[in-house]
Amino acid sequence: MDKTLPDLATAVAGIDDGMTVMIGGFGGSGAPIELVHALIDRFLATGHPKDLTVVNNNAGNGHVGLAALIEAGMVRKLICSFPRSADPVVFTEAYRAGAIELELVPQGTLAERIRAGGAGIPAFYTPTSFGTDLAQGKPVEEFEGRPYVQERWLKADVALVKAHLGDRLGNLTYRMAGRNFNPLMCMAAAQTIVQVSHIVEPGGIDPEAVVTPGIFVQGVVEVASPAQEEDLNRAGAVYPEAAA
Amino acid sequence: MKLTPSQMAWRAAQDIADGAYVNLGIGFPEMVAKFQPPGREAIFHTENGILGFGEAPAAGTEDWDLINAGKKAVTLKPGTAFFHHADSFAMVRGGHLDVAILGAYEVAETGDLANWSTGPKGVPAVGGAMDLVHGARQVAVLTDHVTKDGKPKLVQRCSLPLTGVGCVTRIYSSLAVIDVSLGRFVLREKLAELTLEGLQALTGATLHLDGPVADLTVSEL
Repeated sequence: MDKTLPDLATAVAGIDDGMTVMIGGFGGSGAPIELVHALIDRFLATGHPKDLTVVNNNAGNGHVGLAALIEAGMVRKLICSFPRSADPVVFTEAYRAGAIELELVPQGTLAERIRAGGAGIPAFYTPTSFGTDLAQGKPVEEFEGRPYVQERWLKADVALVKAHLGDRLGNLTYRMAGRNFNPLMCMAAAQTIVQVSHIVEPGGIDPEAVVTPGIFVQGVVEVASPAQEEDLNRAGAVYPEAAA
Repeated sequence: MKLTPSQMAWRAAQDIADGAYVNLGIGFPEMVAKFQPPGREAIFHTENGILGFGEAPAAGTEDWDLINAGKKAVTLKPGTAFFHHADSFAMVRGGHLDVAILGAYEVAETGDLANWSTGPKGVPAVGGAMDLVHGARQVAVLTDHVTKDGKPKLVQRCSLPLTGVGCVTRIYSSLAVIDVSLGRFVLREKLAELTLEGLQALTGATLHLDGPVADLTVSEL
């Protein structure tokens, strides 16, 4: 078994128009920027994929990563909890222009919907959002005298994930708070594609330290020294770079 | 004649017990961590998957994989733990946090909180606020007593979209400390120079008394 992939272009080759794509990360931490940029490269070269539904906690920052994906016009709908950032101009303009649909989900509900999708649980009840606008139209049931809102699982065709160490079997570790949504998204997608900073031999990750077991992963591509969104934004980066 | 955000944060910090697990909302509430009384150890939780993080690093030494929910850089401390988002919100909803301290647009005497949307204009964003108001044993609010144009933020019923129903237990305002109990505001402390009538005039619902009202005294910070 060898899940390693030779390069980023191969890693994103199977993503088609209209797919639901989960993208890991919380803001820039744990965001698979190189995979996202590879997807933009493919779109610029072939016109595909487009009409994507993207699941992420945020809506991008500046003009790189998820923001660049939106700016390229590839995203039809965004499912997220917090579409604000230091520089949310790309999403904000697309939203105001009616060019992108937004499904706003409380952060913990978003995480649990993704977890449920990966765990085969079609629905669950949470106290979150009861009595608010975000609970409208959802079934409510009382348990032990308190009201709870029914929420449904969230699954994806593809997850794009950033991890730290990975082996050819797909076992993963993460780096600090870069973990965030990534392990959940690995579970919830039919195809989970992971960029790792280092590919190691099986056994190179202590079994006690494996965070995502390889069963949840379909492809691993090495991106040594990945960029941080915050560094790119502080440098005023734009993806793709404007033609000179 | 009102407390600064730092002073409100200091006052809120005095109520955090040794050993408490605490989530501080983005913005003013983050300052509460700076004012922990000596000899008490609280463990701070951030939604994006860290327990027990340390202060902000010096500029230029940030590690952008080590941030808080406000996307600000933090540091490691001995005993820091990382976890994924589902575990993070299990801590929140599962009743494992002792205290959550949040900002507010409006708080109602029923304990309803509005702090995520100022209405249909603008881009809506909720983050973890709707989760945090459920689960923590105490949900406290840190807020100016009135809006910038002088309207009460403590009201009978919220006019803005709700974050949660009946969830707030205590308010640390720029003028007073008020408990929310059985659908009523109960005044606990107020600035000494403010009369009860003066405070009531700045409050959109009746302030009830249940025992003596202490002076709210905070030194310059």
